[in-house]
Amino acid sequence: MNFDKELDARGLNCPLPILRAKKSLAEVESGQVLKILSTDPGSVKDFAAFAKQTGNELLSTAEAGGEFTFFMKKK
Amino acid sequence: MDDTKKMAIIATKGTLDWAYPPFILASTAAALGYEVQIFFTFYGLQMVRKDLSGLKVSPLGNPGMPMKMPFGPKWFKGINWNIPNAIQSLVPGYESVATGLMKMTIANCGVATISDLRSLCQEAEVKFLACQMTVELFGFEHSDFIDGIEYVGAATFFEFAGDTDICLFI
Repeated sequence: MNFDKELDARGLNCPLPILRAKKSLAEVESGQVLKILSTDPGSVKDFAAFAKQTGNELLSTAEAGGEFTFFMKKK
Repeated sequence: MDDTKKMAIIATKGTLDWAYPPFILASTAAALGYEVQIFFTFYGLQMVRKDLSGLKVSPLGNPGMPMKMPFGPKWFKGINWNIPNAIQSLVPGYESVATGLMKMTIANCGVATISDLRSLCQEAEVKFLACQMTVELFGFEHSDFIDGIEYVGAATFFEFAGDTDICLFI
């Protein structure tokens, strides 16, 4: 998937992946896509909840070998 | 009407472990678009001092706290060092050692430091209020605390808290 910015939140624990994502989203334009990498298993539900509450769209969630990849489109 | 969600937290504890919940919840709520205020009172004032070294964690009289080593092979890290209270209380510096080990564990787990979380809260415009009465009660000076704090009483807290969606006492 195409993306405009990447955030590497691997090795970080709650709530840092969410806080960093919020900051990264502030640096892209509306409609642009942020790719997020994380190793925090809690981040799967957290990014879904973040998207729901902030109106940013979670385009996809994937897991491979203990790493999670999210694509989020800015509102 | 302003439809921004609001959260108010009363932070009353002055230990390293209990400093986490207010800052984690406040920073996350701010990231979700909430307007947030934290009212620091009694021992919670320790969390907004310039010098955070007063924040310690004590396993003494705290049966819920696992005592595990943050280093060594996996089998060693898995051991829960169940040390009787009577011994903990007699060993000088026990609390400082436990606090040092906890800080190592925090770093190993990719958990933010209190100082980082506090800065993140301030960057996200979480408003910090400190209880003027307890500042005086404990003999603190305003210069002991970080910048950007408003020194107020309970009535000021209620002005915001009365309008919140979430209000927590920690």
